[in-house]
Amino acid sequence: MTWVKKKQLIENLAEILPTSSILSTEEELKPYECDGLSVYRQVPALVVLPETVQQVQEILKLCFAESVEVVARGAGTGLSGGAMPLENAVVLSLAKFNHILQINELGRTAVVEPGVRNLAISQAVDHLGLYYAPDPSSQIACTIGGNVAENSGGVHCLKYGLTVHNVLGLKMLSMEGELIELGGAALDAEGYDLLALMHGSEGLLGVIVEITVKLLPKPELAQVVMAAFDDVEKAGQAVADIIAAGIVPAGLEMMDHLAIRAAEAFVHAGYPTGAQAIILCEIDGTTEGVGDYIVAVEQVLNQAGATELRISGNEAERLQLWAGRKAAFPAVGRLAPDYYCMDGTIPKAALPSVLRQITQWSKEYELPVANVFHAGDGNMHPLILYDANKAGELERTEEFGARILELCVQSGGSITGEHGVGIEKLDSMCLQFGAMELQHFFAVKNAFDPAGLLNPGKAVPSLHRCAELGRMHVHNGELPHPELERF
Amino acid sequence: MHESILRQQVEDAYKMGAALNIVGGDSKSWYGREVAGEPLHVDGNTGIISYEPTELVITARAGTKLSELTAALDEQRQRLPFDPPCFGESATLGGTVSCGFSGPRRPYAGSCRDFVLGCRMINGKGEVLSFGGQVMKNVAGFDVSRLMAGSLGTLGLLLEVSLKVLPHRQAEQTLVVEADFAEAVTMMNHWAGTPLPVTAMAADGELVYFRICGTHSSVKKSAAQIGGTIYVDGLNLWKDIREHQLPFFNDGRPLWRLSLPSDAAHAALADAVMSDKTDWFIGWGGAQRWLKSDLPAEQIFALAKRAGGHAALFRGGDRSAEVFSALPEAQMLLHKRLKEAFDPKGIFNPGRMYRGL
Repeated sequence: MTWVKKKQLIENLAEILPTSSILSTEEELKPYECDGLSVYRQVPALVVLPETVQQVQEILKLCFAESVEVVARGAGTGLSGGAMPLENAVVLSLAKFNHILQINELGRTAVVEPGVRNLAISQAVDHLGLYYAPDPSSQIACTIGGNVAENSGGVHCLKYGLTVHNVLGLKMLSMEGELIELGGAALDAEGYDLLALMHGSEGLLGVIVEITVKLLPKPELAQVVMAAFDDVEKAGQAVADIIAAGIVPAGLEMMDHLAIRAAEAFVHAGYPTGAQAIILCEIDGTTEGVGDYIVAVEQVLNQAGATELRISGNEAERLQLWAGRKAAFPAVGRLAPDYYCMDGTIPKAALPSVLRQITQWSKEYELPVANVFHAGDGNMHPLILYDANKAGELERTEEFGARILELCVQSGGSITGEHGVGIEKLDSMCLQFGAMELQHFFAVKNAFDPAGLLNPGKAVPSLHRCAELGRMHVHNGELPHPELERF
Repeated sequence: MHESILRQQVEDAYKMGAALNIVGGDSKSWYGREVAGEPLHVDGNTGIISYEPTELVITARAGTKLSELTAALDEQRQRLPFDPPCFGESATLGGTVSCGFSGPRRPYAGSCRDFVLGCRMINGKGEVLSFGGQVMKNVAGFDVSRLMAGSLGTLGLLLEVSLKVLPHRQAEQTLVVEADFAEAVTMMNHWAGTPLPVTAMAADGELVYFRICGTHSSVKKSAAQIGGTIYVDGLNLWKDIREHQLPFFNDGRPLWRLSLPSDAAHAALADAVMSDKTDWFIGWGGAQRWLKSDLPAEQIFALAKRAGGHAALFRGGDRSAEVFSALPEAQMLLHKRLKEAFDPKGIFNPGRMYRGL
């Protein structure tokens, strides 16, 4: 953005916002240069911090009129660069929208602003015996608006679903500044399910300014079983056996040897460090139901060849067993200067073969990998350990990561289960979707944001990009878009 | 290959700009607005493509009968969690997803779209597209497959759908408690806010019906807490509610579906349309209110809006007029642009949802 244009924009913004809510100097902008994926950085032109819907509306109208790109941002905890600024963009921080507007105890809903932290919702309704179910591991810090934009998951989504399953309504602003209400407190809405479409749309379709979430009654009891295995494949089979037994755990997690050792050294959760894999299986519900299912889970895990079983006897023990899993990322982070977190999803049956391949590549690339896995729903988080200060290591890591994602797609899965595409997985998108699908994604984008000013360049790769990478799907020997030049 | 025939038919219609009326099992042709168009029969595109019970995912061609699907799941002690109604033996998977119908379990388990993981479809140009996938967690690309649920076939022709499935519960019991509508709404919302495994609630103005599902011991304990009396044939009761086989639904008057906040006070609704000619039945624990009434559509749309929800003329009445609550202008614009993106010549079920869409 030219200096003149920027100066003019600041002047215009100053008519909408107090000057303290417009950040424009290098030192003010620097903290916004990346989100949770810090390898990609870009200082934006400006950052604005509005406090009212009207201010957001006017900012959008101004940016629309001036053809200025807008990147909406919550807490910036995203892991795919979805909130990474663009050079000529205004970053629209929704951090000041941190109020819970309404709690309906009888109807079990809460109306909240987008900047409210995920965990703050559950904390605000705790005394009513209610909670908000999706629990991404960043829930202390991440905001509900960002959760909608990414369709965030968490360790409990096998039973309780993703963000899309727990949001009843949204108020959003179009790039033109028009207020659009989708859904509300009823269970569905008239017309197309635009509410579903907004989930995981990564800030490309609209700016969310209010959210109605569903609240659930807290279960009477939750208990977790930790099972150790001397073989990863046995553990993988045990996961399938639990499902086959007709049990739907609240959480069903798996960690491999390296992740176990890292977690144990970090938080002393009591994991057996000699194990090749552990499974954490949480059952919640009524006291009676939990009792029945825990017995069943124990039986299945023993039959599957568990070498050790531990069942939480009280809430403190339950939290202790979870502590290692919840701290797995920072724990692994202590093993190397940097780590790169992947987020592919695979059918559970493909787990052994995918893990074998990752192990082999790990040797080839000379980069250790710790595996943390939402086993119940097939979402893997291989953490590749590397050192960005060593020449070429980041590039090797990225290449390794891309191959893992390619393997996930080949195995019938997806390149991202819950972290989103953002800026990070654009190239991998070319593997998962053909030109036709990508074109339709752009058509959806165009329906909501014809000027293409909302977070442009994220989430959906251009056909050109895919063609240049040579990663375009070839159907029946025909390349789509033969008119495109390929370099 | 049935798929290539369908594709050819759509391509031809695209070239001619000729409207198509998509017909699956023809079990729900009474739903939505009247469609003028050449019938496009899709019930020959059948068969379960993949079903691995431990993955909790099933993929089938859209013309597969719902009954075939549920039978295959039943064999593995699994089910479609959203409990869809069939409204006839011939109901297909594609029709069910296109209508976005969910049964009595919906408020507690989730809706049809909640369980859609992916789809293959033909767009309005005859091109085959694939969205979503066959895994439970997948945030790559816009969630077009969920958008297809409930779109009444106006965005494309479904070829295949992948759904998340869940295991059956071990035990269930139905209880009845005496209550009028107002008491019933409070009672149903109260129990929905407790950890008891309630999986369906409905009220007919005299009785409230509760269904509890879980392990034997948790059902027994929950039943004792809720109280009331045991309803012996619960299995058929919920089936009759789901399939609209109760005497309430056997009536010549137009049937309206009001989708409202579950705690919307019933008295305010009932007073607003007080007449000898209206009757109510409450489902979904208060979130779905069925109304039989000859009152003008505008009055019922306005009533639903005031109560914080929307209304649909579900069965009967004037299907040449609008049958769904009107969309605000900005939303209608989005609808039209999306329709244009997927079906540029507007050949699929034109006007089935809204006039001009």
